[in-house]
Amino acid sequence: MSTSLPIAGGGTGAASFAVPAPAEQKRHHGLVRMTHWLTVIAFCALLVSGGEIVLSHPRFYWGKTGNVNTRPWLNLHLPSSRSSVPTGYGYVLPDQNGWSRYLHFEAAWLLAGTGVLYGLWGILTGHFRRAVVPDPRDLSPKSLTASIVRHTRFVRPSADEAWSYNVLQRLAYLAVIFVLFPLMVWSGLAMSFAFTSAFPLTASLLGGHQTARSLHFLTTILLVGFLAVHVGMVVLSGFRSRTRAMITGHAEKPQQEES
Amino acid sequence: MTKISRRKWIKGGLAVTAGAAGIAVAAKVADSAGLIPPDAGMRFGAGETLTYATQRLLTRHSMAREFSQADISKHPFANPVDPLGPEFERLLAGDFAEWRLKVDGMVEHPSTFTLAELRGFPASSHTTMIGCEEGWTYIAEWTGVPLSFILDRVGTQPGVRYVVYRSIQPDWWESIDMDDALHPQTLIAHRMNGDTLPVPFGGPLRLRLPRQLGYKSVKYLNSLTLTDNVKQFGKGLGSAEPEVGYSWYAGI
Repeated sequence: MSTSLPIAGGGTGAASFAVPAPAEQKRHHGLVRMTHWLTVIAFCALLVSGGEIVLSHPRFYWGKTGNVNTRPWLNLHLPSSRSSVPTGYGYVLPDQNGWSRYLHFEAAWLLAGTGVLYGLWGILTGHFRRAVVPDPRDLSPKSLTASIVRHTRFVRPSADEAWSYNVLQRLAYLAVIFVLFPLMVWSGLAMSFAFTSAFPLTASLLGGHQTARSLHFLTTILLVGFLAVHVGMVVLSGFRSRTRAMITGHAEKPQQEES
Repeated sequence: MTKISRRKWIKGGLAVTAGAAGIAVAAKVADSAGLIPPDAGMRFGAGETLTYATQRLLTRHSMAREFSQADISKHPFANPVDPLGPEFERLLAGDFAEWRLKVDGMVEHPSTFTLAELRGFPASSHTTMIGCEEGWTYIAEWTGVPLSFILDRVGTQPGVRYVVYRSIQPDWWESIDMDDALHPQTLIAHRMNGDTLPVPFGGPLRLRLPRQLGYKSVKYLNSLTLTDNVKQFGKGLGSAEPEVGYSWYAGI
């Protein structure tokens, strides 16, 4: 290629100089990149505000009801922002629930809107079928085992793997997109007294308000686990080139190493 | 070049003006449809407005989930409140015989009800869950006079949009729109689990609003004011909660 790496959408209207890259050089579609970073923003806001909300009652229960007079299945043994919670600590944290709840629900709208956009686009364009659903041949025990072994040995991905997702990535993305995020939204709505008045099954199918709250928390841990592995893999496989690909849409060719 | 850019500017300007006008009209229509919460102008107003408007469209007439007698919590939690003051102590000493519920504002007959009068009105019960914004819950059976009965009795003036309600706790006040005020499950509760409503749970009177979080179910209720403009109360955010950083609408 003749010119430097084209920055997609970078110019302010003067796009004429940018040489459009051949289609096969495009790593990530614009919609994938946009929804990826919107999800990053929403997820960070939800994680911080959600953590603050947990601190007002860092105990978890199963079933419909639970409070400081009942036994939790999980006590995080963290200091709390409420003096009514017996934590064993001699102090009470400042109350941050007000802005945390406002921000949590505003960020939830951003995430839900982004998710609907991404989901519809992914289904209508065949993106999920092409890029996320694994090839059945890769799902054989032998092939799966080989892929796991390669990962545990931290073998650097081959050149062509930079252009597609491998089977483990595909399974992880499938779980995150179609199981964990929907479960997060579902268990969140199940805690809304107004929403469950119109849609009572939202709460009762999960086993009650407190079970929904516990699932919301457990799913958070799985998503944070995914985030850690995801970022870890990006670092291992080349943080600069992978991040650039998710920003500009173009994967860096090995010989075009920039200083 | 300049011609094109000027045309672009005019086009862009027109588009921005049309967009702003469109948003202004949409906001006006949404407000008259009761889809804009009083705290919409605050920092997180956009998300709050989306939540309130969506919930209003989905849940205007829906009924809070009711539970069986067997679900009633054996260990409900009474969230502690600040000391209620000498006036409350005096009324408590008199077994609340002198407790009054004052109703004023946009009503045909401003009235004051005694506890005995309220207990004599037709009562309604529901076994519902109360949940704190902190995350904990309990289930109890609540009995009281439907707020709609009181509003019917005092006669509401046309154009009324909100009911402002207050506690004997100083500076503690809330408000709800008429969808919630006239909802059959919205009670002026004076009994809990078959007994007189205990003081730690809000006795003698608590406004019980089961489709919203516990902080909207104000304890020690002593006055109602009907209004068409909730912004003239307090700091104009709809209730005491947004003034300390919490959302006015607490359906989620």
